[in-house]
Amino acid sequence: MNRRVVVTGLGVVAPNGIGIPSFLEAIKNGVSGVKFIPRYKELNFNCQVSGFPDFLFDDLRNYLPETIFHGLKSGGIGYGIKAAADAWIDAGNDLQHDEPRWETGCVFGNSVADSELIKQVIIKVDGKEARKLGSRMVEQVMLSGVSAYIEGMLGLGNKVITNSAACATGTQAILMGYEYIKYGMAERMIAGSSEHVDQYIFGAFDSMRILPRKNNDEPEKASRPMSSSASGFVPGSGAAALVLEDLDFALKRNATIYAEILGGTSNSGGQKCGGSMTAPNPDGVIKCISQALLQSNVSPGAIDLISGHLTATAADKSEIGNWATALQRSGKDFPKINSLKSMIGHCLSAAGSIESVAVILQILYQFVHPNINLEDPNPLITDIIDESCMPVKFENAGINIVAKANFGFGDVNSCVIFSKFNKT
Amino acid sequence: MNRHEALNEFKKVLAPYTLHKEKLDTIGDDTDLVKDLQINSANLVDIIIDAENNYHIEIDNDSVEKMYNVGSCLDVILKKINEKNA
Repeated sequence: MNRRVVVTGLGVVAPNGIGIPSFLEAIKNGVSGVKFIPRYKELNFNCQVSGFPDFLFDDLRNYLPETIFHGLKSGGIGYGIKAAADAWIDAGNDLQHDEPRWETGCVFGNSVADSELIKQVIIKVDGKEARKLGSRMVEQVMLSGVSAYIEGMLGLGNKVITNSAACATGTQAILMGYEYIKYGMAERMIAGSSEHVDQYIFGAFDSMRILPRKNNDEPEKASRPMSSSASGFVPGSGAAALVLEDLDFALKRNATIYAEILGGTSNSGGQKCGGSMTAPNPDGVIKCISQALLQSNVSPGAIDLISGHLTATAADKSEIGNWATALQRSGKDFPKINSLKSMIGHCLSAAGSIESVAVILQILYQFVHPNINLEDPNPLITDIIDESCMPVKFENAGINIVAKANFGFGDVNSCVIFSKFNKT
Repeated sequence: MNRHEALNEFKKVLAPYTLHKEKLDTIGDDTDLVKDLQINSANLVDIIIDAENNYHIEIDNDSVEKMYNVGSCLDVILKKINEKNA
């Protein structure tokens, strides 16, 4: 069986744009979605900025019956529903359907259940009022809540899975969706991820002292991947979804094809040889990238663009080194590389899916989005790759093949290879 | 609160849980919440919680088991209101 897997629908809820047209404009123009959060100042957080989408919860009334909308409170589930519904409609499908769609499934990831809602549970239970929690709490604090809501909205009848691999979640979800189609288990999959960083999750990251604290008065400058002044990652919230389809299935229904997924790999560095819970083993990263290329039948020289993980910590330099080793390319020979996180911060579980939507748009419209806040590239990075590989302005470019990778806590890695769609 | 007033209040409590709004105009004692109004049976607990807040009453577990159609719901609600005011 040699099935090809294509992308036919996109949906996004990003800190710098909700919906594809607004997100596309934002990433072309280097628009930041990082904002000062007054509440974080009140809470004495060191970092008081975050990437937050201008999301209107009421917008979900356009997608959900009132009986489902009423009582829905989880931010992460809300973002996921919006992204998945938009992707589904973008792919040319109707939301309404009476029978289960047996050929279509969903892999949608996230990292933590809504801790604001868990707090409500704790308050009610400790106040001996558990009976007042009602019927809608369990479904929204279960990790599979987001994929369950998407499944119900679209009537999906194939595999419905929630994956979780920290910051590698989104890329891994896309890879899993790809694999189910590639190996004939489904004709079509909704793949994506969502993340709602509320104050409790944010506070736990803040305590690790890995978030920037010097840019609270100029939030749009706080996320500075690959720069000398990078001082930590800016947590962000949002979601994105892709509709993945078997090529023949897509052609049969005359779908518009945005890109093809050639393959990918998800692995772990085993938290050995320099790897730990919070840092990747370089050998694991290099192996992940190399195997993704091998699996996709793509030579390292064919990569036009890397969509990096690049969170704006000391790990950026090691990441660039790992890419250079895996591709055996450096200096001016290195591909273009960018980090969407410079504009939206690090959307954790949602990073991989939002960044993959950005990758597909760059393939579709043949450009490289700028790295903002990169006035002062880290010399340890420019020792490895030429400065011109890290565009700081919008560039028109022939983008055929893109490598997208994310690396997460637990020393887990995921790399997906996207390509421009050519029918033959 | 008389039974007619309680019924009008109860229509507001039920509204978010049914997609068949038109049927709310004509509900009576025999209207079954699940069969006639197509309310998801899991939501019956939410309706009871909303009713408690709406009528400022508490509904005990034994009474909850008696609430399956509009008439039995109103019986319990009015009984609890009267007990509270007694």
